[in-house]
Amino acid sequence: MVRQFDPSQPLEMQKRQYQQMVNRLVPRPPVWRNCLWAFGVGGLICTAGQGIVSFFQGVGLSFLDAATATSIVLVFLAAFLTGLGLYDELARYAGAGMLVPITGFANAMVAPALEARTEGLVLGVGARLFAVAGPILVFGIVTAWLSGLIYYLFGPRPPLGS
Amino acid sequence: MLFLKAFLVGGFICLLAQLLMDLTSHKVTPAHVLVGLVTTGAVLSALGLYEPLVKFAGAGATVPLTGFGHLLAQGAIKGAAREGLLGVFRGGVASAAAGITAAVVFGYFAALLFRPKG
Amino acid sequence: MPAPKRIGSQTVAFAQPPVILATAALAGAKEGQGPLRPTFDKVIEDPYYGEDSWEKAERRFLQEALEKALAKANLRPEQVDYLLAGDLLNQIVAANFAARALGIPYVGLYGACATIYEGLALGAMLIDGGFADYVLIGSSSHYSTAERQFRFPTEHGSQRPPTAQWTVTGAGAILLGRQGKGPRVTHATIGRVIDLGSTDPMNMGAAMAPAAANTIVSHLSDLGRQVTDYDLILTGDLGYYGRELLLALCREYGYELGERHNDCGLMIFDRQKQDVHAGGSGCGCPAVVTCGYLFQELSAGRLRRVLGIGTGALMSPITTKQGDTIPAIAHAVVLEA
Repeated sequence: MVRQFDPSQPLEMQKRQYQQMVNRLVPRPPVWRNCLWAFGVGGLICTAGQGIVSFFQGVGLSFLDAATATSIVLVFLAAFLTGLGLYDELARYAGAGMLVPITGFANAMVAPALEARTEGLVLGVGARLFAVAGPILVFGIVTAWLSGLIYYLFGPRPPLGS
Repeated sequence: MLFLKAFLVGGFICLLAQLLMDLTSHKVTPAHVLVGLVTTGAVLSALGLYEPLVKFAGAGATVPLTGFGHLLAQGAIKGAAREGLLGVFRGGVASAAAGITAAVVFGYFAALLFRPKG
Repeated sequence: MPAPKRIGSQTVAFAQPPVILATAALAGAKEGQGPLRPTFDKVIEDPYYGEDSWEKAERRFLQEALEKALAKANLRPEQVDYLLAGDLLNQIVAANFAARALGIPYVGLYGACATIYEGLALGAMLIDGGFADYVLIGSSSHYSTAERQFRFPTEHGSQRPPTAQWTVTGAGAILLGRQGKGPRVTHATIGRVIDLGSTDPMNMGAAMAPAAANTIVSHLSDLGRQVTDYDLILTGDLGYYGRELLLALCREYGYELGERHNDCGLMIFDRQKQDVHAGGSGCGCPAVVTCGYLFQELSAGRLRRVLGIGTGALMSPITTKQGDTIPAIAHAVVLEA
């Protein structure tokens, strides 16, 4: 019998053998089920979003404004559900389906802020609002800034005098 | 039809993100996936590839975080076109200001009104 | 002259084994829905326990458990020589604040989830060494305080992998005495810090199993005992996958734990019904199972000799983010009816 773990080997070898044992034993997450949930719930949130966009377009907003208004509505709903303690319950199943839409961004801001209430409004809520969502803003803004800069340096020149 | 396209495209973006989380090492956390999506959205947008997706799928492309990246990048690029270097700095956040402000304001008031259940 | 009570590489044998005079186990709502409910002194449904923060609630859990153990033995805090306690929070604040309230000379401990066994081993040494008549030991954890410190905010919508464990909300307390009636602590094996290169903070069982195996094997070989010398070998919070790894590792060392082994993290919840993935974890997990179930089984004589092993993962969110592997520790104590 080949030993899967040999305690008489040097530590580095033991580590390698042990991590192989762990990898053999540890199950993958239920990928198919997770994907189905993510696709279904994520799709539904976007469909609902489309419904709200269409409504705002119906009352005369441009697509861009309607999409912005929709973001505000979705962020409000996500903040509300997070406050009620329901968002994480749903996301346990929906996974990326509730993480990736703008609602997930809102949840990432509200969740740490709620808990930090006990540490006060300034050092608690104020400081922790961006604890989880901060990186999204940082990388989004930096990438956008770089895009704008590249456009400014190498993009088509605006006509003179405009 | 618009709704079906929103469902399929939005769902597909979420599915991709789920695969990223489930099939990669534990070192790829949800935060990494979200940062990846917003960055990807911004880059695709800058390359002119995201706007067609928005035309096709509407909210299916604007609601996921890639759409947030798109919004930021378009803002910065349009700002650059309109106002030059100043617009590069102003455009991105300005275009996404409504969503960010909503999250801050609603987050703040939610923290005042609700007590987390744990 | 070698230390007279020291045996082998890391084990001590007590000349006059200290007695567990009383215990107390307080558990939270989810633990109360589990199979061990009848063994708890009290199930507290409100995660805030009437306080305005989870941290204060955890502190109250621990303080009340300590006070309950004292009351059961009809002792006042002034009669106790030392309080040994610890928890999972930064600066072990739950234990520090409970100690402030009780006013007993206090030694704060940090052994992560192994703390209650670290306390048992040290408390028994203090008593058998002639330094104390009574030692009070306690440890606690709270799902929400631990989640927020080590992982994500509790209301954040994140998915847990199958290896994730559920931090137990609960506190356990043990009153050890020099003499009296009750189960006795006959031996203790202090563990070494063991690290076989695990990096996944969502798989603590895998990080801790090598430490548990190391301590169990050292213990058995120090005393020249076999697995069958024990009615039960009870680990703290390895969970389902950690247990599988422990059994496999011990097999490689030539010990077949098999049916004699159980894990507090597997006993405290019903994994089929309670959505806790790989099982329970946290300081409170071994604390409430040891102070509830195990103490009652030993007192009733249904178990005669038990090897209890606390297992702790010695990491912090910062070391994990900096790419460090997760060191772990396990302390073992022999309890006899």
